[in-house]
Amino acid sequence: MPVKAIKDYPLRVADSVDKFHGNIMLFVGWDQHLMFCAPFAWALPPAMRFGDLIEGIFPASFGAHPDFALIDWSKVEWLKSGKPWAPDVNKSLAENGLGHKDCLRFRTPGLCGIKGSGS
Amino acid sequence: MDMPTTTKKKLGIKEKYALMTRGLDWETTYQPMDKVFPYAKFEGIKIHDWDKWEDPFRLTMDAYWKYQAEKERKLYAILDAFNQNNGHLGITDARYVNTLKLFLNGISPLEYMAHRGFAHVGRQFPGVGPRVACQMQSLDEMRHAQTQIHSMSNYNRYYNGFHSFPEMLQKVWYMSVPRSFFDDAYTSGPFEFMVAIGFSFEYVLTNLLFVPFVSGAAYNGDMGAMTFGFSAQSDEARHMTLGLECIRFMLEQDPDNIPIVQKWIDKWTWRGIRVLTLVAMMMDYMLPKKVMSWKEAWEIYFEENATALFNDLARYGIKMPDCAKQALIDKEHISHQAWATFYQYSAVSNFHGWLPSSEEMDWLSAKYPDTFDQYYRPRFEHWAKEAAEGRRFYNTTLPQLCQVCQIPMIFTEPTDPTQICYRESEFEGDKYHFCSDHCKNIFDDEPEKYVQAWLPVQQIYQGNCFMPDADPTKPDFNPIEEVLRYYNLQNGRDNMDYVGSEDEANFRAWRQTSTQN
Repeated sequence: MPVKAIKDYPLRVADSVDKFHGNIMLFVGWDQHLMFCAPFAWALPPAMRFGDLIEGIFPASFGAHPDFALIDWSKVEWLKSGKPWAPDVNKSLAENGLGHKDCLRFRTPGLCGIKGSGS
Repeated sequence: MDMPTTTKKKLGIKEKYALMTRGLDWETTYQPMDKVFPYAKFEGIKIHDWDKWEDPFRLTMDAYWKYQAEKERKLYAILDAFNQNNGHLGITDARYVNTLKLFLNGISPLEYMAHRGFAHVGRQFPGVGPRVACQMQSLDEMRHAQTQIHSMSNYNRYYNGFHSFPEMLQKVWYMSVPRSFFDDAYTSGPFEFMVAIGFSFEYVLTNLLFVPFVSGAAYNGDMGAMTFGFSAQSDEARHMTLGLECIRFMLEQDPDNIPIVQKWIDKWTWRGIRVLTLVAMMMDYMLPKKVMSWKEAWEIYFEENATALFNDLARYGIKMPDCAKQALIDKEHISHQAWATFYQYSAVSNFHGWLPSSEEMDWLSAKYPDTFDQYYRPRFEHWAKEAAEGRRFYNTTLPQLCQVCQIPMIFTEPTDPTQICYRESEFEGDKYHFCSDHCKNIFDDEPEKYVQAWLPVQQIYQGNCFMPDADPTKPDFNPIEEVLRYYNLQNGRDNMDYVGSEDEANFRAWRQTSTQN
């Protein structure tokens, strides 16, 4: 439903892709690892290789979790907007079909957080 | 001409009330009333007879000044005594002071916004009854902002994190939660504002904000904060009756108003509940001496009181908001989830984080037997172990935020406490993310409004949260330090863990010198 207003109500998107200097925002959460209280947000170049996200960005963000070192990345299950999804690590974010403000989740079978608590 | 001398010397209360409220109104003739009150109709609320408004409290401005002045005198006498006797050294522990930082930064500026909001609607209602009532509430809210700032200003002389609250409200990441809540209400029409603030916040949820803070102050030896709470209490009672009268009036004026009012109650109850997450963590984690758990407060002040309220409103066709069902589940979780968030992001917060002691964790286990040990204790114990080994966990990656409540996406699925709740909508080719069905519903109803949200994470990544002289192209550019500089947050003093902080060390030293030679 449109906003009820006394005059024209222009569309002012505060985080449209043109405001990110060529980057796109990407959100990634690690299921069952709520020690990280929320999914993470990054602004990344769409030409970045997906594998570089895992190898170059994830360790600084997820690495504090004791499960992180145990992840077998070939067995990780990915979800995009809640639906199963398979990335190609050697292709770029854009080639993997990732756009501005896409939201990914990954699950690591067998790794269920601190003492299996989902933390 | 002689002045007549036979008139009554004093007006009766009723007469005076009529003259000084209803008698002040007139029908405009030079300009049509629709132009004088341009915001009265666009929301779709139909009012046929403003004279049917029943003034919920019969107070004239002169009586109002008299009562308020008396309360001020008492309040400031107590504040002076508390401050001159170094009352801050009598609090339970300096961790308590962090609840005041949260209040001063996050709540007091909202009192000021409430002042602005009520001044605005107090101008815009065509009926004189609600206009006068809103003007008084507007003055109350200004007074609350002032008395809170005055009573907490003494702490600013001794403790970190109090120094720049108006600026921080505009800038610091988590402040966008209370700020956007009020901005949302303030930018709606006058009727929605009254349902948002007058009813949903001041009536349905107010006890969950003020009782915890005021009782928390009393339990922890802070007579200053306790006294401003009591001084505001009689005002709050007036605000509650105004909110309720406004709802009753809208519902009785036209049956077409019912679905609109219900939609606003649903929206604003949820918006308020999400903001109260900050109070939940304050009660369970930040008060050294705890009043009651958040869950207990929720059960008393929402489940019991609000159920009775909505039973009363059923005769108008109004029902309990659907979101109450989720809140019933969430009461077991939100305080733990929120404190875990502030613990890990305390490098970028303007108050300290700390871990609950083992005694406090036992208290939490007893208060939350179904959730704390299973879902949250392992997290805190792991962090305690890490901290003991010199690896205090600071999360330095920015989190994803909910587009509506602007809280990081920390909340879990109502059906699964180990799974973050993800919701998504698409609008005009862009994706938007939400923490819950209820925040998504609010967005979907008015997407044009919420696409404007000033989300701190998005703003940081756009480069809008650095000082003008910051140069991101420099090789030694440290984005976190630069954002803290923009926040005017004194890195190493206002932020980080309470353990090892200046506040902790100073309080210990001062208390010692006040009790020993």
